[in-house]
Amino acid sequence: MYSLSDDTKVALSSKEGTCMKTAKQMSLDKVKNISLSEFSNAAEDHDYVEILDAMHQNDVKEFIKVGIDTNSELRAGTFIQKDSTIVHCSKSIEGVEIKGIAKALEQHDWIGEYVWKLLSPEQDEITKSVNIKPDHGFFIWIKKGVKAPKPLQTCLHIAKEKFSQKVHNIVVVDEDSELHIIAGCSTSEHLTSGLHIGLSEFYIKKGATLKYTMIHDWGENVYVRPKTAVHVDEGGVFISNYISLRPVGSIIANPVTILEKNATARINSILVAGKGTYMDMGSVVELNGTGARAEIISRAIVAGGTIISRGHLMGREPGVKGHLECKGLILKDGLLHAIPELSGHTPGVEMSHEAAVGKIDKREIEYLMARGLDEEEAVSTIVRGFLNVEIEGLPADLAARIDAAVKETEKDMM
Amino acid sequence: MLIIEELKVEIGDREILQNVNLHVPPGETHILFGPNGSGKTSLMMTIMGFSGYKVTRGKIIFKGEDITYMPIHERARLGVGVLFQRPPTINGLSTRRMVEICAGRKNVNVDALSRKLKFDAFIERDVNHNLSGGEIKRSELLQLSAQQPDLLLLDEPESGVDLESIALLGDSINNLLNRGIQKASPCHRSVVMTAMPKSALVITHTGHILDYITADRGQVLYKGQLRCSRNAREILKWIREYGYEECVECTA
Repeated sequence: MYSLSDDTKVALSSKEGTCMKTAKQMSLDKVKNISLSEFSNAAEDHDYVEILDAMHQNDVKEFIKVGIDTNSELRAGTFIQKDSTIVHCSKSIEGVEIKGIAKALEQHDWIGEYVWKLLSPEQDEITKSVNIKPDHGFFIWIKKGVKAPKPLQTCLHIAKEKFSQKVHNIVVVDEDSELHIIAGCSTSEHLTSGLHIGLSEFYIKKGATLKYTMIHDWGENVYVRPKTAVHVDEGGVFISNYISLRPVGSIIANPVTILEKNATARINSILVAGKGTYMDMGSVVELNGTGARAEIISRAIVAGGTIISRGHLMGREPGVKGHLECKGLILKDGLLHAIPELSGHTPGVEMSHEAAVGKIDKREIEYLMARGLDEEEAVSTIVRGFLNVEIEGLPADLAARIDAAVKETEKDMM
Repeated sequence: MLIIEELKVEIGDREILQNVNLHVPPGETHILFGPNGSGKTSLMMTIMGFSGYKVTRGKIIFKGEDITYMPIHERARLGVGVLFQRPPTINGLSTRRMVEICAGRKNVNVDALSRKLKFDAFIERDVNHNLSGGEIKRSELLQLSAQQPDLLLLDEPESGVDLESIALLGDSINNLLNRGIQKASPCHRSVVMTAMPKSALVITHTGHILDYITADRGQVLYKGQLRCSRNAREILKWIREYGYEECVECTA
């Protein structure tokens, strides 16, 4: 799906002098080409917490940052995994199942049909490093016709130093059902290094809708290698929102979404890369059936770090439509590399893209200053507007929290 | 209110204003005429303090304070407000939020204001995103109504506005300036504004706006200098009749 050699080329194209390039190159290589053996697969178990509201305050602090609400009233269900232990799992509505993948596989034989169907264990060294039989991660199933009135929430948290958290998540959204999952990922404040490998296979059946909102808050020396594949059956809808505002050592992800006839995908991401952050984030959408629609929208801000923002629409059948929009702001030095791709495999596809990379327009700053804001306030107002991508169906509490996080992030960027 | 003395301004290395002297007393509305490229907009931008307009001589005094080198936002807070001719779009910032920004600490009923300016349908839209010429003017006036500056710099308020909307625009400007007759509801008698009128400097090409607002004086900016200062309608008549060149000849 992506190749490290391409990334190397990207890094080389930065405009620094030769000596600088070498130093920068070396440090980039270090964050990109992680050695899996440096991380440990073992972690001690954590205590199970029966009642969500009774979760330890220190943990709660970490979870809240990534969208988790400990008020169980507000969520249809909750799954929290700390290192390799499920510390809480509950649900408050009928018609959904949420549990650890290992337990789910014991209970339902049929889940096997969904494992390694969209992803291949042989794909690369990342997929090879994960056990063939899923042992950690979550299984979520919403039954036919059920429309969940509240979001489900999942949290994957790393607390142990140098731990390599490996999960394999399966989500099955049955025919004509509707579900919103808020998926948070975080690490403990004190953690200096960790690795997260997350394999996810999502199946959205005929006429079903899945909203998947991911909020990541990693850490400066945490390496993240997700592999995600989503299959959307006829008339289904997949809406993905990805938000990463805080530093991360490196994250390389290029999820693939496959759309059948009349299926829709809307993929939004908001990325902020401060100093020391390396992000190579993309999204591939294969439009495989007539009437399929896709929209990929990303907003990226570089303030000392690196963002490679990819997007690829593949039109394979006539009568598909897609639009890709990739906008980036460079506030401080760093690299922002937008790579929008369109490939049409037949006549009758309609796809477009729009990419823009630059700094804040001085005219906008002065316009706001003429209305009474000082320069700093004007810049932060523009930045907030830039990141203000319409994220559908976000609960009000979460929207407010993201807004607060954006404000917090601004302070570090300026 | 505003006193400009011997102002010389450069853009890059090009001298755009040579020697401008201007006095707008409190409560007066002055009209600024001048052909394209004569420096009208540059004069406004310089009064507001925009980057790129370098003052090489002279000074700008507002409310007795020398603002020649003051940052833009301080001038705004002191009471200078601009109606921009082509304001930029700000993505992701709603007009509603922008109006609140303009109001600063003042308490402003955004919905009531926007209804009055027939802008309520666009209030949630990003600032200046996909607006027509007339809508942009209404958005600007809405922002200024919330900002309540004491000196208004209006850069071609009627440009791009259809004739039908000019009346509304004129009314709104009069309201903003505390001038003219305020139309009250039918059961009340109309009242003449009692609040102290505000000062304004208005750029106009066509002069259409003069049918709707009261001008106390007109000035002609020609080749970087103010060449004429007299009744605005008289000037307009001259320009229409003889063109700018002849017009400035009479008093040059």
